[in-house]
Amino acid sequence: MTMRNQIQCFLVLTMLTVSGLHAQVSYERILSADSEPQNWLTYNGGYMSQRYSLLDQIDASNVDDLELQWMLQNQVFGAWQSNPIVVDGIMYLTERPNSVMAIDAITGRVFWKYTYTPADNARVCCGANNRGVAILGNRVYMGTLDARLIAIDRINGQPLWNVAVGDVNRAYSVTMAPLAVKDKILVGVGGGEFGIRGYVAAYDAETGEEVWKTYTIPAPGEPGHDTWEGDDWMYGGAPVWITGSFDEEQNLTFWGVGNPGPDWNPSQRPGDNLYSDSVIALDADTGELEWYFQFTPNDGYDYDAVQVPVLADIEWNGRAIKAMMWANRNGFFYVLDRTTGECLLGKNYVRVNWASGLDADCRPIQTPQPEGAPTYPGNQGGTNWYPPSFSPRTGLFYFAAWEDYGSIYRPESSEYMPGRAFLGGGFDVVAPAPDAPTIGIGRTSPINNWTNEVGHASIKAMDPETGEEVWEYEQFDVSDSGMLTTATDLLFTGGREGHFHALDARTGEMLWRTSLGGQIVMAPVTYAVAGVQYISVISGHAMATFALRRD
Amino acid sequence: MKFLQNKTLALLLASALFSVWQWPLSAQELGDHRYTSAAIQAGLGIYSRECALCHGPQGDLVGGIDLRLGQFRNVQSDDDLRDTITSGAAAGQMPAFDFDEEELAAIVAYIRAGFDPDGVAVRIGNAERGKALFEGRGNCDSCHRVNGVGPRTAPDLSDIGVRRTPANLQLNLIDSAAALLPINRPVRLVTLNEEVITGRRLNEDTYSVQLIDSNGELRSILKENLVSFTISEVPSKPATDLDADEVADVLAYLLDLRGVES
Repeated sequence: MTMRNQIQCFLVLTMLTVSGLHAQVSYERILSADSEPQNWLTYNGGYMSQRYSLLDQIDASNVDDLELQWMLQNQVFGAWQSNPIVVDGIMYLTERPNSVMAIDAITGRVFWKYTYTPADNARVCCGANNRGVAILGNRVYMGTLDARLIAIDRINGQPLWNVAVGDVNRAYSVTMAPLAVKDKILVGVGGGEFGIRGYVAAYDAETGEEVWKTYTIPAPGEPGHDTWEGDDWMYGGAPVWITGSFDEEQNLTFWGVGNPGPDWNPSQRPGDNLYSDSVIALDADTGELEWYFQFTPNDGYDYDAVQVPVLADIEWNGRAIKAMMWANRNGFFYVLDRTTGECLLGKNYVRVNWASGLDADCRPIQTPQPEGAPTYPGNQGGTNWYPPSFSPRTGLFYFAAWEDYGSIYRPESSEYMPGRAFLGGGFDVVAPAPDAPTIGIGRTSPINNWTNEVGHASIKAMDPETGEEVWEYEQFDVSDSGMLTTATDLLFTGGREGHFHALDARTGEMLWRTSLGGQIVMAPVTYAVAGVQYISVISGHAMATFALRRD
Repeated sequence: MKFLQNKTLALLLASALFSVWQWPLSAQELGDHRYTSAAIQAGLGIYSRECALCHGPQGDLVGGIDLRLGQFRNVQSDDDLRDTITSGAAAGQMPAFDFDEEELAAIVAYIRAGFDPDGVAVRIGNAERGKALFEGRGNCDSCHRVNGVGPRTAPDLSDIGVRRTPANLQLNLIDSAAALLPINRPVRLVTLNEEVITGRRLNEDTYSVQLIDSNGELRSILKENLVSFTISEVPSKPATDLDADEVADVLAYLLDLRGVES
C-alpha cells in the first residue's frame, strides 16, 4: 500500500467513523446489535431478547465503585415501566401517559420532549403505562393509550404520522414498545379486561400504512376457531401487550398472548380459547401463523402469556437446539423448540396447585380448586411481564418470581358491553389474617405492612437443561423488575422496595446495592458513550444512571 | 459578545419593510381574510359579551374547539364561521346569533387574529401562493422543515398553525428579531479543542447546553469544555424581503400547517 493509498484509506475510515456516530438505525444495525454493545437498540436489547450486554467495563472487582452520574425526574405520577433505547449517546425514553424524550445519555439533559395526549375515553386496566419506543432509520415509534401508533422524527421530536391501531371506543390500547423489523413496525394491542379481540399488526415504517394484521383469536372457518363456542371469540380478549422477539433465520416473530375474557369465569367460554395464553410464531413479512404453543388452555386465573420470548441457540442435553425460554405467569418454566413450537421441558418454579403437572406435550393437567380455596400462583402470577435475561456465558435464564402468593377466585357471569370491563367476577389475594393489607398492582406505600407472608420475590437463575433453579436471591417484597446481565457475569435488577442490586450471575451472591427509594418496575439497561459504560434504571419517578467513579 | 451588528441590520430591514407595508384602513375596503385593528378591537367587545360565556375567554372551553388557535369542528373559511354564528351549531347547543354585517366581521376578525388584545391588523392571503413563496423566493425551506422535508436547523413548522396565533406569525415574518423566542436564539460555541459549533439551542442549564448543530445533529456540550459561548439576539437569517401581499400569502400557508392528523 502506497502512502497515498494509506492516507485515502485513513480518510475513508475516519469519515465512516464520524458519519457512523449519528448514522441512521438501519434494520441491519438492529439485526447485528451485538456488534455495537454501546447501544441498546430495541426494548429487549436485540431481536433475541436476551437482555445480555457484551460491555465489560463494570465487573465484580469494581462494581463497588459505581457512582450516580445523573438522575432524571418524571413530571407525572404513577408506575414508570418504560425501557429506554440508547443510540450513539442519545437515549429515547417514554413518560406516561404518552410522551417521548430524547436525552443526552452522558448528562441526562433533555434535547426535546414530544407529548401526545391520548383521547379522554382511553381505557386501560392497570395504569396509564407505556413501556417505550422502537427506533428505525431516523424515527422513533410510540404506541398510545388510545391505540394509535405515532412516528416521530428522532432529531427534532416532530410527529410525522399518527395512525389508528385499534378502536379506542372499544378499549383497545397500546402500552408495549413497538418492534421494528425490516421496513415495518410491529405492535400488539391491550384490552384483555375489556373484551377486545386481540391482534398483532404491522405498519409500513415510512407511511404508517397497515401491511398485515393477525388476530390472536381465529375467525369462523380458521383453524382453532372450534376452541370457542358461539360468539365468545368476538370478545375473547387475548391481547398482546409486551414486545415480541424475532428470529431472522426463520423470518419469524414471536409474541406472548394474554388472557381470554372474561378473565375469571372460564365456564362462560368453554374450550381451549386459542390463542389466549399462548406464544404465537408469525411470519415477519405476512403475519401468517407458523405455529403456536398454548401454556394455559381455558384459563380462569388471568395467566397472560405476555412474557418476553427469550431466544437462544444452545447446547441442550447433548444436542444443539434453537431454544425459546419462558417463565410463564402460570408458574411453569418452559423450554420450547422455536422452529416448531414443540415443548421440550416444562416444570413449575413456584408452588402450583391449579394443575397437578404437565403431560408429555406440556399440556397442564388442570386441578381447579374448590370454591373459596386458594389458587397458587395468584392472580399476578408466578411472574408476569417483567423482562427476563439469558446469559450465553452462564447458560442461565434469570427472572423475578413471586413466591407464596395465592388468590381466591370468585367467578361470575359477565355480559359483554363494548368498551366496558369484562372480568367474569373477581379475586382476593390470600392473606394470613382477615382484612390484612395485600399486594396489588404496583406499590403505593413506603411501608410494607402486607409483609412477605402475602408474597415475596425470588430472583431465580434457571438451568434450561433441567428446569431447576441453580440459585435464588430472595427479596422481602415482590418484584416487577426485569433483568440485565453482562459479559462480566453481573446481573442487575431491582424490585418494589427500591433497592437496586448487582448480583453475581453465577452464584447469586449480592455484590453491590444501593437504595433508590422507589419501585423499580422496568428492566435496567447498559450502554457506553466515549468509552464509559453506564447503567440506567428507573426507580419510582426518577431514572438514575451509574458509571464507575472517575478519579 | 452578542451579534449586535446583525440586530441593527435586522431593525433597518424591518423598518424598510414597514414603510412599504400597506396597512388596511377600514373594513369596508377589505375583502375576505383582511382584518383591521378597529374590527379586531370591536370583535373583542362582542366576543366577551356574546361568546365567552360558552367558549371561554381563551376560546378553548368547548371540546374539540380552540377558536384562538383556529381549531374548529367544521369551519374552514370565514364564510363558514359566519354561517355557524348566524345559524347555530351542534343541534341547538350553540344558538343562532342575529348580528349585523359589521358585528359579524368584527367577531370573525377577532377570532382570526388569534384573540390578539392589541388588535394588530392581520392579513391572510392565499395559502397556495404562500406555499410557493415558502419553498421559492422566500427561501424559508432552506432552514425550516415541514412534514418531514427540509433541514432541522430552524424550528420545524409542521404544526405551527396550531401553536402560534396569526398575529404572532405575522410578526415573525415582518420582524423576526422581535418575535424570536429566547430558547431559539442561535448559538455559537468554541470548544477547548477549537471546534466551532453553531446551531439552535434546545435546552440549557448552568453547566451544559443542548442544541441542534448546523449539520442537524443533536449535541450536548459541557460548558467547562468551552472557550466561548455566544447567543445571538437575532435569527440567523434577516427578516423577509417579501412584500405585504406575499407575507399575507405565506401567513395563510403557515396557518394551514396543522401537524399530523390523528
